[in-house]
Amino acid sequence: MSEYIEFDPKEDHGHHHKETFITKYIFSQDHKMIAKQYLITGVLFMGVIGILMSLLMRLQIAWPEEPNIIFEFLLGKWAPDGVMDADIYLALVTMHGTIMVFFVLTAGLSGTFSNLLIPLQIGARDMASGFLNMVSFWLFFVSTVIMVISIFVEAGPAAAGWTIYPPLSALEFAQGGSGLGMTLWLVSMAIFIASSLLGSLNYIVTVINLRTKGMTLMRMPLTIWAFFVTAIIGVISFPVLLSAALLLIMDRSFGTSFFLSDIFIQGEVLHYQGGSPVLFEHLFWFLGHPEVYIVLLPALGIASEVISTNSRKPIFGYKAMVLSILAIAFLSTIVWGHHMFISGMNPFLGSVFTFTTLLIAIPSAVKAFNYITTLWKGNIQFNPAMLFSIGFVSTFITGGLTGIILGDSALDINLHDTYFVVAHFHLVMGISALYGLFAGVYHWFPRLFNRMLNKNLGYIHFWVTAICAYGVFFPMHFIGMAGLPRRYYTNSNFPLFDDLADTNQIITVFAIIGGLIQIVFLYNFIHSMFYGKKSEQNPWNSNTLEWTASMEHIHGNWKGKIPEVHRWPYDYSKPGYDEDFVPQHKPLKKGETEY
Amino acid sequence: MSTFFTVLILLFIVVAIWQIVKIYDLTQVSTPTDDSQIANDKDNRINGNLMLGFLIFIYAITIICFIRYGDFPLMSNSASAHGPKIDNLMVVSMALIFFVQTITQFFLYYFAYKYKGQKGNKAFFYSDNHKLEFIWTIIPAITLTCLITYGLVTWSDIMNLDQDEDPMVIELYAQQFNWKARYSGDDNALGKSNVRLIDIDRANILGVDEFDPNSQDDVITTELHLPVGRPILFKMRSQDVLHSAYMPHFRAQMNCVPGMITQFGFTPTVTTDEMRKTPEMIEKVININNIRAEKSKDLIAKGEEGLDPYEFDYLLLCNKICGKSHYNMQMKIIVETQEEFDNWMKQQTKFKNSLIAQN
Repeated sequence: MSEYIEFDPKEDHGHHHKETFITKYIFSQDHKMIAKQYLITGVLFMGVIGILMSLLMRLQIAWPEEPNIIFEFLLGKWAPDGVMDADIYLALVTMHGTIMVFFVLTAGLSGTFSNLLIPLQIGARDMASGFLNMVSFWLFFVSTVIMVISIFVEAGPAAAGWTIYPPLSALEFAQGGSGLGMTLWLVSMAIFIASSLLGSLNYIVTVINLRTKGMTLMRMPLTIWAFFVTAIIGVISFPVLLSAALLLIMDRSFGTSFFLSDIFIQGEVLHYQGGSPVLFEHLFWFLGHPEVYIVLLPALGIASEVISTNSRKPIFGYKAMVLSILAIAFLSTIVWGHHMFISGMNPFLGSVFTFTTLLIAIPSAVKAFNYITTLWKGNIQFNPAMLFSIGFVSTFITGGLTGIILGDSALDINLHDTYFVVAHFHLVMGISALYGLFAGVYHWFPRLFNRMLNKNLGYIHFWVTAICAYGVFFPMHFIGMAGLPRRYYTNSNFPLFDDLADTNQIITVFAIIGGLIQIVFLYNFIHSMFYGKKSEQNPWNSNTLEWTASMEHIHGNWKGKIPEVHRWPYDYSKPGYDEDFVPQHKPLKKGETEY
Repeated sequence: MSTFFTVLILLFIVVAIWQIVKIYDLTQVSTPTDDSQIANDKDNRINGNLMLGFLIFIYAITIICFIRYGDFPLMSNSASAHGPKIDNLMVVSMALIFFVQTITQFFLYYFAYKYKGQKGNKAFFYSDNHKLEFIWTIIPAITLTCLITYGLVTWSDIMNLDQDEDPMVIELYAQQFNWKARYSGDDNALGKSNVRLIDIDRANILGVDEFDPNSQDDVITTELHLPVGRPILFKMRSQDVLHSAYMPHFRAQMNCVPGMITQFGFTPTVTTDEMRKTPEMIEKVININNIRAEKSKDLIAKGEEGLDPYEFDYLLLCNKICGKSHYNMQMKIIVETQEEFDNWMKQQTKFKNSLIAQN
């Protein structure tokens, strides 16, 4: 199991490259720089756009009739006299979903932390292929640019929901956004998938081949386990979305009938025959559901690492944690049908998917209980990263539990596509993954920029965000249970829902506060990047290898030999040691057992 | 001009937050005691206490939501035969997750509060306990097995329609952005149909085969009337994009897919009149009308028309994103006695008579 590569210090090629501005900051092949590029493009830039879009939607839902000057300014011709157009509302729904799920929480989260941590925590000089890594980032950048451009096309961006179900997404007459906007969406996603696959293959190969001496699989930090398994799920499921996107492009532009049949629209019968939109739903959700775990697992990994370090305690049940990651990953690929209980699919299939879906609750419950036990009798250091990790466990439980309801096909009949679903997935994958992301940024900021983030701003950021997250999404469950469908531009055509209007306004107020408080984080991030307090070598007294690497910017991470690993990464407060942490590269004492 | 000012104000707000944060940031530097940006005992104490506060916040928001929204008629007043089954399953599942939520959040935040760090303390090295882990694997497993079984029995009960009951067959036909219903008439069989047969000039808007004997007595309507107590089998079609026929009061939903026929069956048990007279509904309608009266006042003050008072009706909503007017794609459902239904049906035009002759 313990394959390793020994580096001869003489062979250490780290310092010999002559770096120009372009090779250092733009076409960099260094994993640390690529991580920063992902962080800035994926999280900061796309994140701001995605959150801003959600605020526009919330304003519209809360005060649908009143002209809003913000709309007039930001949406221009899409909001004549400040009244939002119904088409652009659907476009906002679509683009918000696409940007947050794919660009912020898939590329931003995985791209940043897999790139930063995989080589540093397993003791490698860089990724297996630095060049492919660079190509992966620049493909991602191109897809970002195309997606942003698509917002500005004449007939509006894609507006068929982030799930782009045909025929709505396939027929240009069906909707303004299904023209050039949808074409750009598909092109952007195809490039995005290529980028994601290159990245994932690189992560897998690196973890398998480049671990340092002594870094056996069962000595890997849980972050690495999470990133590794995430990459595997990505490689299995993303190609299926690519195939769906290609077939949809064929249907749209070349007259094939993969997903279309018997359509009469705008007074004419179209030639399509024999295809099925349900086929698209299957292909989409074969990626779409694993995607949830592609978003969530890295956050779980980060939370494991941060909670253990800041509790000054080993993570409870390391083996169970690894097994549950594997179990979740396996189950995630056989549950996609729970998005389709009422799609017209055979009800028997619905039963099978109910069964597999509810099984996922078991490894998830094990994880939650293990986190809670890790806190028990700890010596908890409330650094901002720790706050976000505890918040993560909290929203993971709250959001995960309602999954038991939605995964139950009989209950899904009445709750499908209501705000209950919106509340569920925002808590369990949106907010949870964002918390994981923030925890990661606060924890590894010193490793990224050699400076510390301001902790007090971090505390303000967390507490206001935490209150707003519950304020937004908790009441949303209840308006969903009252039967309010999602993706409605306004509810005023249904007097039945008039008594929900004030709840929607309260939710919007929380959303606005929660959105604006992110400015504190942005300020903290940008300010600390340049003027933050210089960090120490190992500020959180952590055991993992990244804190032994050189603080200077060098390609190759360690100046001399790569440290050798002798123990698992969670020897915190181990009896027999004076310090409350024992780094992984410290040899075992005589007679000491590993764990 | 007003746009310009709004933008200016928005800009000011952002700059103001930025500056406040900056000032706050600068004041931090002047206290020289500890600027390591790593949590110290004071931070641990404050945040540990806040953890306990946040636990109370979560409990409070839960209680407020349950008191405010727990009695929505939509959660208890189902109007179909299978509705109570779904509602019971919902109540059982809600009780279970409410219980688990309360307990786990308590331990999470209480431990965070109780074991807040202090200099000199050392954590308890505790890395594994197979017995404990076995227990909390097996308990969720058993609970979920029960829940899955209960759920699946309910599901197959609802979805497997009993053909012996002789359900009345009705087609729900979806198009951007309205609904049509096609009754199968006396023979209780729908005539064949395909969108390729649509002939707008002859008013054959649903593409029904006019040469099929079964289609002669079909009846196409824009309102859905259902006789109470009679099992109904809905056959769903769509002519353009995906739609979803959502009838929340009947706990019924099924997608309408172009190119295929989907189905869902239920038996309505409460007529519209009866539902209007239930105490919960009376209360809800009064509440909604108060809200509407309030809104009307504002509208009339602005010189616009006021809102009509609301009267309860069952609704069929579109619940799958289908384009621009998705938010207003609805059809009224009226549940009535068999007698009322028959009278209404007599007034409708049969398909064969509705076609416009062409020479």
